[in-house]
Amino acid sequence: MNEKVKEIEQRFLRDEAADFSIGDTVRVHVRIREGEKERTQAFEGTVLARQGNGPNETFTVRRVTSGIGVERIFPVSSPNVQSIVVTRRGKARRAKLYYLRKRTGKSAKTKAKDIQ
Amino acid sequence: MKGIIGRKLGMTRVFQEDGTAVPVTVIEAGPCVVTRVKTSESDGYSAVQLGFGEVRRKSLTKPVLGQYKKAGVTPRRKLSEFRVDDPGEYEVGQELGADVFEPGDVVDVTGWSKGRGFQGVIKRHGFSGGRKTHGSRSHRVPGSIGQSATPARVWKGRKLPGQMGNERVTLKRLSVVEVDGDKNLLLIRGAVPGSTNGFVLVNLSSTGGQ
Repeated sequence: MNEKVKEIEQRFLRDEAADFSIGDTVRVHVRIREGEKERTQAFEGTVLARQGNGPNETFTVRRVTSGIGVERIFPVSSPNVQSIVVTRRGKARRAKLYYLRKRTGKSAKTKAKDIQ
Repeated sequence: MKGIIGRKLGMTRVFQEDGTAVPVTVIEAGPCVVTRVKTSESDGYSAVQLGFGEVRRKSLTKPVLGQYKKAGVTPRRKLSEFRVDDPGEYEVGQELGADVFEPGDVVDVTGWSKGRGFQGVIKRHGFSGGRKTHGSRSHRVPGSIGQSATPARVWKGRKLPGQMGNERVTLKRLSVVEVDGDKNLLLIRGAVPGSTNGFVLVNLSSTGGQ
């Protein structure tokens, strides 16, 4: 890609973008507009996938609330995503953890990563 | 007048403050140099001729080189003319950049579309083609191209196979999202005809933004 196009993309990239990876449990703070008011909503769950690159990169977060699985896809660089906090590092042996959708209970969790 | 010659650098997306993502094409617009000013007295209409890009002296013919010599500017890759109301504002040798535009301007962008060669009617005109199975032997053919003894010929303008692409295409009413005057970059919402590194002409919209 052209260097000058990269420079423009650079302005929107999130600095801490590389700080979470597939299998981690993250808390995402999203800015939400309700009519006139603006507030922040948190969404916590397991990162199933990251795809795309540069400002087009998105990630999928899955959580199970009262037996119903909810997945949300966020753009990594969107200004509406205020912060991404890693609450638990998980070990993943593949790039997309779609197999977690079919599992329940303990087998639906990723193993904690050993922190050296 | 507001017009400039540019080069398409590629596409990306930018985020607005409220979080909406806008797809943009990045265009390196300028620096363009005025190579000739045409007035209604001398040429019958008023326009400015702009030059853009670098070119080796060797790849131009002597008559073309003479044009640049007369204007007193270094040879340029691409020349194009833009109609103006008042040619008095411009003089030969003057440099114009992307900052002739400002964010929010509505523009028409002209480019040369990607060449696709000799194509059939399905790709070129979007015909649906014939059945693939059940004994059908007409898969991608155009089908009937006209009537019988009257008129005993094919009407002009009939959609048939032929050269697709590599033609001049103008997209109207695109909006300018951002202007970087220092780096001579224009960010235009949406796609623009032509390939990356292709030349484009950016004009203030002939529709006046309506």
